[in-house]
Amino acid sequence: MGLKRFFLRKVVAAALTIAVIVCANFFIFRMAPGDPVRMMFRDPRVSEDSLELMKQKFGLDKPLSGQFVAYVKNLAQGDLGISFSQQKPVLEVLAERIPNTLLLVVTALIIAIVLGVILGALAGWLSGTKLDTFILTASVAMYSIPTFALGIILLLVFAYLIPIFPLGGISTPASGFEGFALIRDVGWHMFLPAFSIVIWYIGEYVILTRSSMIEVMGQEYITTAQAKGLRKHNILKNHALRNAMLPVITITGVNLAFATAGVIEAETVFAWPGVGRLAYDAVSQRDYPLLQGVFMLFAFAIVLANLAIDLIYGYIDPRIKVGG
Amino acid sequence: MSQYMSKTNKLQEFLQLLFGHPMGFFGVIIITIFLVMAIFAPFLGTVDPAASGDVDNLLMPPSSQFWFGTDDLARDIWSQTIYGSRISLTIGFVAALITVFSGTFIGLVAGYYGKFLDEVLMRIVDFFMMLPELPLMIVLAAVLGPSMWNIILVVSLVSWPTTARVVRSQVLSLKERPFVESSRCIGASSFQLMFAEILPNVVPLMFAQAVLMITEAIYAEAVLSFLGLGDPTSISWGMMLHSVFESGVISESYWWVIPPIVSIVTLIVSFSLLGTAVSDVLEPGYKEKKGY
Amino acid sequence: MALIDVENLKLYFMTRRGPAKAVDNIGFAIDKKKTLGLIGESGCGKTTTAMSLMKFIKPPGEIVGGSIRFMGKDIVPMTDEQIRQLRGKEISIVRQEAQNALNPVLTIGKQITEMIHEHESVTRETALARAKKQLNLVGISDQRINSYPHEFSGGMKQRAMAAIATACSPKFLILDEPTTGLDVVVQRQILVMLRNLKEELSLTAVFISHDLSVVAETCDRVAVMYAGKIMEESDTVSLYQNPLHPYSKALIGAYPSLKGARKQLKSIPGAPPSLIDPPPGCRFAPRCEWAQSICDEEPAINVIDGRRVACHFVKA
Repeated sequence: MGLKRFFLRKVVAAALTIAVIVCANFFIFRMAPGDPVRMMFRDPRVSEDSLELMKQKFGLDKPLSGQFVAYVKNLAQGDLGISFSQQKPVLEVLAERIPNTLLLVVTALIIAIVLGVILGALAGWLSGTKLDTFILTASVAMYSIPTFALGIILLLVFAYLIPIFPLGGISTPASGFEGFALIRDVGWHMFLPAFSIVIWYIGEYVILTRSSMIEVMGQEYITTAQAKGLRKHNILKNHALRNAMLPVITITGVNLAFATAGVIEAETVFAWPGVGRLAYDAVSQRDYPLLQGVFMLFAFAIVLANLAIDLIYGYIDPRIKVGG
Repeated sequence: MSQYMSKTNKLQEFLQLLFGHPMGFFGVIIITIFLVMAIFAPFLGTVDPAASGDVDNLLMPPSSQFWFGTDDLARDIWSQTIYGSRISLTIGFVAALITVFSGTFIGLVAGYYGKFLDEVLMRIVDFFMMLPELPLMIVLAAVLGPSMWNIILVVSLVSWPTTARVVRSQVLSLKERPFVESSRCIGASSFQLMFAEILPNVVPLMFAQAVLMITEAIYAEAVLSFLGLGDPTSISWGMMLHSVFESGVISESYWWVIPPIVSIVTLIVSFSLLGTAVSDVLEPGYKEKKGY
Repeated sequence: MALIDVENLKLYFMTRRGPAKAVDNIGFAIDKKKTLGLIGESGCGKTTTAMSLMKFIKPPGEIVGGSIRFMGKDIVPMTDEQIRQLRGKEISIVRQEAQNALNPVLTIGKQITEMIHEHESVTRETALARAKKQLNLVGISDQRINSYPHEFSGGMKQRAMAAIATACSPKFLILDEPTTGLDVVVQRQILVMLRNLKEELSLTAVFISHDLSVVAETCDRVAVMYAGKIMEESDTVSLYQNPLHPYSKALIGAYPSLKGARKQLKSIPGAPPSLIDPPPGCRFAPRCEWAQSICDEEPAINVIDGRRVACHFVKA
């Protein structure tokens, strides 16, 4: 199939998905009982000026099709409306919070994936042994505990009962920390929320890597490698792992969608000022433009991340790179 | 040999294997406890969980009158915990039922008819699977309004694609099997082939998916309620946590936090263990591996 | 001294219902530069025997008795590390064409050179040059050194396997149904390639197959296996022209000839026995035309003109 055509297909698919998300988003918010957009007019927090602005921008005096056109036009210009509760453009609110979420998520994911893959490969390689059963059972448990429940437990035990960690937030307020002290402070605040996210993710990756490893180990080319008299760690690294990782990389893309759940839950429990927490705030404040913006952000991020992973995968798997 | 076993024997054998599986064993035991809790709720020393009580009894720790203490509206937490199982289990089962049936139907049709219909259905499925689940559920729940049925609807809407895809895969491989060919040769109609021949072979998979979906649904209800999108008229465990969180007294009322958290975690983990056990047992060759 | 000398080999599979005697007290020897064919029905134990020559025994299989001597040294008591050093370097295997016998993410060149580097300390350039030579030896252009397995056809994959297997010039080659599943034209190419390899590298080999004609073309001696035991072992020509054991007779008789008058196909009635509970004495007796009560006793191995036969009624 060749790399170029593969890339092209994936990019087009991603673009289409984004288009559909945009449309779906528009319609979802219109179908609410008590059309939220119309509800804006009755919301006392919205100032007269904002109302006028929105009326113009969103073409609220025009028919639905006109509104849709206005919506798309605004979107293309990066205008996602104005958040009621924050009295700021939604885009601005999102932009402020994205770095905080990235910090939390990227750290958690890296730790979880590395540990998860190592443990999973180990469990798969040693399949059937007691260590494997232990790792598997622990992983199933870790993977099933809801992140917010784990977060609350951690909060109770390690922030209230034994006050090792702070109760929430990203840094100690009004502390004036700079440089290294700031990093340490943020790290201290980040520990528990990151831990909550990591636990779920490790469970998932162990289970995934392990089953991929088990499947690979049953393949003919592993027997061939043994018949060649290769050392065990060579077989593990070049033959087993290299092949086992392929499906793991693919699934990583799909899993990112679940990561959003972990992010929202952890940020809510620990009051981490990221995009996930915004979802909670928007819901409790009935701030629909903000909620819409958050949803689109998450959806777009997933699509783009999936695209990136698909492209990486195409590069790594020789069956696609060289094309059979 | 087993093809000659009657349907009830096969079921018996399946249950035996399941119970013999360590995860299956624990899963079934604990789920049964919760089922008993839910069914016999009124007889377990409970009162109306939503009935707010005397001002004197606000936020009381456990006592002989209130076994698990009271919340910030003087409601009995023991009752809330017991009745909460009803909500979680009901939503879990109903949502799973809807999801599995709709997902199976679509997967069956897509896999069997193939070509254009399959393409279209699978594109829709792919699209849904790409959307982030929790944000989508939050948006839908926020827009549709808080009610138990809306939660069920939202969960089903988000989960059916997984089942559809899984069922379709199996249907695709079953379609090519000789027993389908031979039925087709003797003139069976499409309808008959799909529902009388292929579907029975998909049932084990449906069961595995059902357990998975129950887990997902219970979790979804808990999260959505925790975030404030739950049905305010029914006090689920998630709602309890939401109330604790909102009230800000989380540090002083361990008795309010612990029951719902323990219940949620225990129930979900049990279903998860059961799900793992089910998929292990349904794996071809499991019986032999265990030396039967 | 024979290169391979198997004596009283017993390999059982320990199942819950009792040990399945897959290989039950067999023995044979293969001299240097000779090829022994191992033929028999599916499940007779030939593949198990072949794999055991490299100590490739999948649990629940176990060697419960006997010895396998390679160049005089018994490999049965060897440790995993000792046998690992032998594999690939001294004893190698080419197996049945399997879609996945080659690692899909490594180039053919890499798969050859990694073996060379494992057993010998040579420079990267030397290894690469040798890898190219190997490809040429099996009839593949050395331009394909950086190709991936999925770019090869079935026959080419098989040849690539042979190239990899012989990269370190092993002394002994196990060929486990190397042509099964390939069409006749490709089969011929593979057989020609194998013959070249054997000559070039002075290989000693064991050739497992259920295809009598292929074995006839490639082997010096042939052993006929049935239900875990060797029924007859002799030089190829004698066996095919004048099979002595009733089972060999039936086997060779069942093969239709391309020439001569057309006759009704003959098959052997019945089915192979259970390996967990085999019949006492001669295992072929239940299906044998000439069976009598003495067949309940284990037949001694009679040697006639350098041929070995396990039957009460075939004596010198």
